[in-house]
Amino acid sequence: MLSGILIFNQKGENLIFRAFRSDCRPRLADIFRIQVISNPQVRSPILTLGSTTFSHVKHENIYLVAVTKSNANAALVFEFLYRLIVLGKSYFGKFDEEAVKNNFVLIYELLDEILDFGYPQNTDPDTLKMYITTEGVKSAITNNPTDSSRITQQATGALSWRRSDIKYRKNEAFVDVIEDVNLLMSATGTVLRADVNGQIVMRAYLTGTPECKFGLNDRLLLDSPDASSANNRKGGTSGANKTTRAAAGSVTLEDCQFHQCVKLGRFDADRIISFVPPDGEFELMRYRATENVNLPFKVHPIVREIGTTKVEYSIAIKANYGSKLFASNVIVRIPTPLNTAKTTERTSQGRAKYEPEHNNIVWKIPRFSGQSEYVLNAEATLTSMTHQKAWSRPPINLSFSILMFTSSGLLVRYLKVFEKNNYSSVKWVRYMTRAGSYEIRYDTYTHPYPQI
Amino acid sequence: MAMNKIRGAFAVPRKGETFELRAGLVSQYAYERKESIQKTIMAMTLGKDVSALFPDVLKNIATGDLEQKKLVYLYLMNYAKSHPDLCILAVNTFVQDSEDPNPLIRALAIRTMGCIRVEKMVDYMEEPLRKTLRDESPYVRKTAAICVAKLFDLNPAMCLENGFLEMLQEMIGDPNPMVVANSVTALSEISHTAPETKALQVTPNTLRKMLMALNECTEWGRVTILSTLAEYRTSDVKESEHICERVAPQFQHANPSVVLAAVKAVFLHMKFVGPELAKAYLKKMAPPLVTLVSSAPEVQYVALRNIDLLLQKQPDILNKELRVFFCKYNDPQYVKFQKLEIMVRIANDRNVDQLLAELKEYALEVDMDLVRRAVKAIGQVAIKIESASEKCVNTLLDLINTKVNYVVQEAIVVIKDIFRKYPGYEGIIPTLCQCIDELDEPNARAALIWIVGQYAEKISNAGDILGGFVDGFNEEFSQTQLQILTAVVKLFLKRPEKAQGLVQRVLQAATAENDNPDVRDRAYIYWRLLSNTSDSNATKDIVLSDKPPIVTTISSLPPALLDQLLQELSTLSSVYHKPPEQFVGQGRFGADAVQRAAIEEQIQNARENPLAAAAAAAAVSGDTPSAPAQNNVENLLDIDFDGGAPASAHPEASGGMSGLEGLAGTPVRMQSPAVGAPAPQSSNNLDDLLGVFGDSGPTQPSSSNANGSGAAGDLMNGFSGLDLSGNAPAADGQAKKSNQDIMDLF
Repeated sequence: MLSGILIFNQKGENLIFRAFRSDCRPRLADIFRIQVISNPQVRSPILTLGSTTFSHVKHENIYLVAVTKSNANAALVFEFLYRLIVLGKSYFGKFDEEAVKNNFVLIYELLDEILDFGYPQNTDPDTLKMYITTEGVKSAITNNPTDSSRITQQATGALSWRRSDIKYRKNEAFVDVIEDVNLLMSATGTVLRADVNGQIVMRAYLTGTPECKFGLNDRLLLDSPDASSANNRKGGTSGANKTTRAAAGSVTLEDCQFHQCVKLGRFDADRIISFVPPDGEFELMRYRATENVNLPFKVHPIVREIGTTKVEYSIAIKANYGSKLFASNVIVRIPTPLNTAKTTERTSQGRAKYEPEHNNIVWKIPRFSGQSEYVLNAEATLTSMTHQKAWSRPPINLSFSILMFTSSGLLVRYLKVFEKNNYSSVKWVRYMTRAGSYEIRYDTYTHPYPQI
Repeated sequence: MAMNKIRGAFAVPRKGETFELRAGLVSQYAYERKESIQKTIMAMTLGKDVSALFPDVLKNIATGDLEQKKLVYLYLMNYAKSHPDLCILAVNTFVQDSEDPNPLIRALAIRTMGCIRVEKMVDYMEEPLRKTLRDESPYVRKTAAICVAKLFDLNPAMCLENGFLEMLQEMIGDPNPMVVANSVTALSEISHTAPETKALQVTPNTLRKMLMALNECTEWGRVTILSTLAEYRTSDVKESEHICERVAPQFQHANPSVVLAAVKAVFLHMKFVGPELAKAYLKKMAPPLVTLVSSAPEVQYVALRNIDLLLQKQPDILNKELRVFFCKYNDPQYVKFQKLEIMVRIANDRNVDQLLAELKEYALEVDMDLVRRAVKAIGQVAIKIESASEKCVNTLLDLINTKVNYVVQEAIVVIKDIFRKYPGYEGIIPTLCQCIDELDEPNARAALIWIVGQYAEKISNAGDILGGFVDGFNEEFSQTQLQILTAVVKLFLKRPEKAQGLVQRVLQAATAENDNPDVRDRAYIYWRLLSNTSDSNATKDIVLSDKPPIVTTISSLPPALLDQLLQELSTLSSVYHKPPEQFVGQGRFGADAVQRAAIEEQIQNARENPLAAAAAAAAVSGDTPSAPAQNNVENLLDIDFDGGAPASAHPEASGGMSGLEGLAGTPVRMQSPAVGAPAPQSSNNLDDLLGVFGDSGPTQPSSSNANGSGAAGDLMNGFSGLDLSGNAPAADGQAKKSNQDIMDLF
């Protein structure tokens, strides 16, 4: 499996070098530096030299590199590197060069724990935080045999994600349904691709070892005869229940992925999401929906190139959601040619600004209420160049977030908590839709390529 | 005694960093010692040699501070080899720690002991390992399980003698899922390194245990168990069904590598279950595969390469999912290229309109490589889907009208292939001929000339066009020269009155003024054919014979290789689309043996039939997967200079291997095939750096490298000794190429 983990900064300085097998030699760091970091041609994340394979990902300003010597599991290697990033972020807030330099001892300690002989072990940040800590404060616990046997018991047990002795005075669970809506619209206005990547994040503050059951307006589930709707009566005591009644339609989920706490066998057999949640915040599930996607914004771009000196824009955006809702932080990025000298903009709402470093006109609308329509008119004046590079016309890009709206139409029907103490719990649910990659292509009237 | 000697050898100046560190390490204050250890580790990371501090660091090993202990252990692991004798001093602490009441410390001790690769240490490992394997804490047991694999790597004999393997096998039945997973991991590694130990034998009982642990262990443990299940050959249908049933829920796991491992296991066991059930599983694995495409770009790339393999075996699984593979503007290039290939694979007559619109969009981008691939993809679609060919040709014509140089060139290469399948598009030839002055790439020029020659009777000014090329004959690339030669001869045979002078001129130029043996030989063949007076139709029959239409320009792997690669899903091998023997080095997977076998076979083949040997070598190295032997024969007479496959389906870049690199003992550079091969110049500066690969350390000039090149040299001599002189020169050249291919394996 993995022979070593290396971390470099952008200059190619080796910040961390941890060999797990004897075949990972220090000189490999030089080879990676020369072959990848200082070689602008390398664009692949995997590079095999001789029988040594370097798999790398870039995060912030560091390279994380896995060295393997065998026909390793490439998917696992990359996923592990990404998990390392998650872990770093969870420990240091930001996982960058500075964090690595300031915490290198801890990083070695972590690497020692999460990889043994190159095989990934438990990488769950919450579990690791029980016995690998940033300050020396808690090391007293790890030095105490009884506590540490409890910790290790937990770190390896079937419920490795949850301690058994959790107590709350008030038992609460918060569910956030967050959807990223992706759109690719062609220049002629047809939707080439529209889908939703959703995630359901839960913050559970529940006592003991609660069994949770979670229900969505999933078409497969609702259509099956044994899905008794009586369940939602007893279900949540608050928010979750009200929205359930409002849910008339159902949603087809293309695919779901679950946190390791979810019993996959149960879901596979009768599509019931049942689990013992970790304490605190975790991502319960991710899902994908492609049918009946409600696109929150319609964009009509008109882009005209006038000779080689000017580009005129007229961009209209209409909000497609209910008038009671509103989107916040709507940002429209309108690409301008690379040789833009200056721009002028007029907007019916919000502010527009030219950002020369990104070759963009950025139009910001802090609050965009439903059903309204706003227009931007802009003009980019171009400098004349003897031989200009063709303009690649990157798509117009939108970012936004809308509360209490799901593009897929997904709703939480119930969240039930069973615990042997039989306490009552309060559940809350919140919905949000954000822009994933929301791209709109456009045609320009004159041809974008100069004559050669 | 020994200590003193070492002290003397590593005597350091009383100044500088090492001196300061040493002072700190022996300080009377604990915090100063700890700080110095940290600094030492820092220096170690930066690549400085701090091995001289070994004895002083070692003094700090006996400490209650867990963090400090870990640092000392880390140092030990790194420098143990430089002070094998001193390591003994640490043994006591290790043995003590392995009996500590704190399980974290017990685990740490056994974990570190396994990483100290010193013969003497191994002798002391037996007892602690035996104890910890039976420890009450699962955390210690799971660590000890991996330690058995470490020990086996160091000293297999001892591992076997002490019955550690049997203990591990028992541990598959452990109540703790993580212990099960690690035991399986360790056994699987041992049985891969040394198959003769039969370390991991799956029985119905262990199978049950693994399936049980599968639902409870960590994500990484699941990957191990799923991979083991995938390798397991079931004894009956029932068992396969059972495995599929239990594995399929893992499709829903959040970790992409678990999903891929589950797909692999189900895909491999699916063959044995009923067709209905298999179909259901195929349907079930499609959505998770699609979901993988929205993961991080690197993971996505691995997933896409794997999807490519799955599609070659089961072309229909993602029929309805074309849109997911549309490129996003910010996708990295390597992801875009792979998406293009997959889109072409899943194209059918229902989604082809959508696909063409999308491909045209890419063809108008500015990224030259992407544009070329998009144009090529349009051609592949045209040849794949007959009903769409007209739309494709129209799209290509639109693209030609953009007059963007490289678009036009690529389009012409692609159109040539379309001509080779569909008749009836001669009407567009005038448009193509208009671009003649813009073509500067040999491929494009060759393609256009081939078209002119092939349709000479329908092009009124074919003589003029070819005349222009003949004038500059000796400035052309040899690939284009061959095409000019053939086209002129075709023209002459079709319309003798127009090309009498031309054919004389070109044959003259090719035989008298040209240095390239291929061009010269072809010219001589034509010359002889044309001067054959006994049967005037013979020449026509040969040169103008109907060529079989091409079936596809989408490159596919040969079935045997594909089946082999499907066993390797989600590994590097599946990313490179090459069997592991080709890039995994010494020993671990018996690569040497495989090479030797391959070379034996090559020599045998070369004796019998050099052409077939060349083709086989090509197939082995995976360079031109679609080049069977007869294509090479056809090659000598007909159009393609660059191999049997159509020009537009050029083989995947093999990373600038020149064959000579292999001879020099330099490892062959490989890069992900979807990405343009880097310039080979980089391999030169590799030489000295890579010299250390496989050595046991920079201080010990080891011999494996020298041996390697020595062996290669011997083999080369062996080859040159082979009697190949009886064969045609061209064939000789190819055989030589195949030898080099073999050498590339080193």
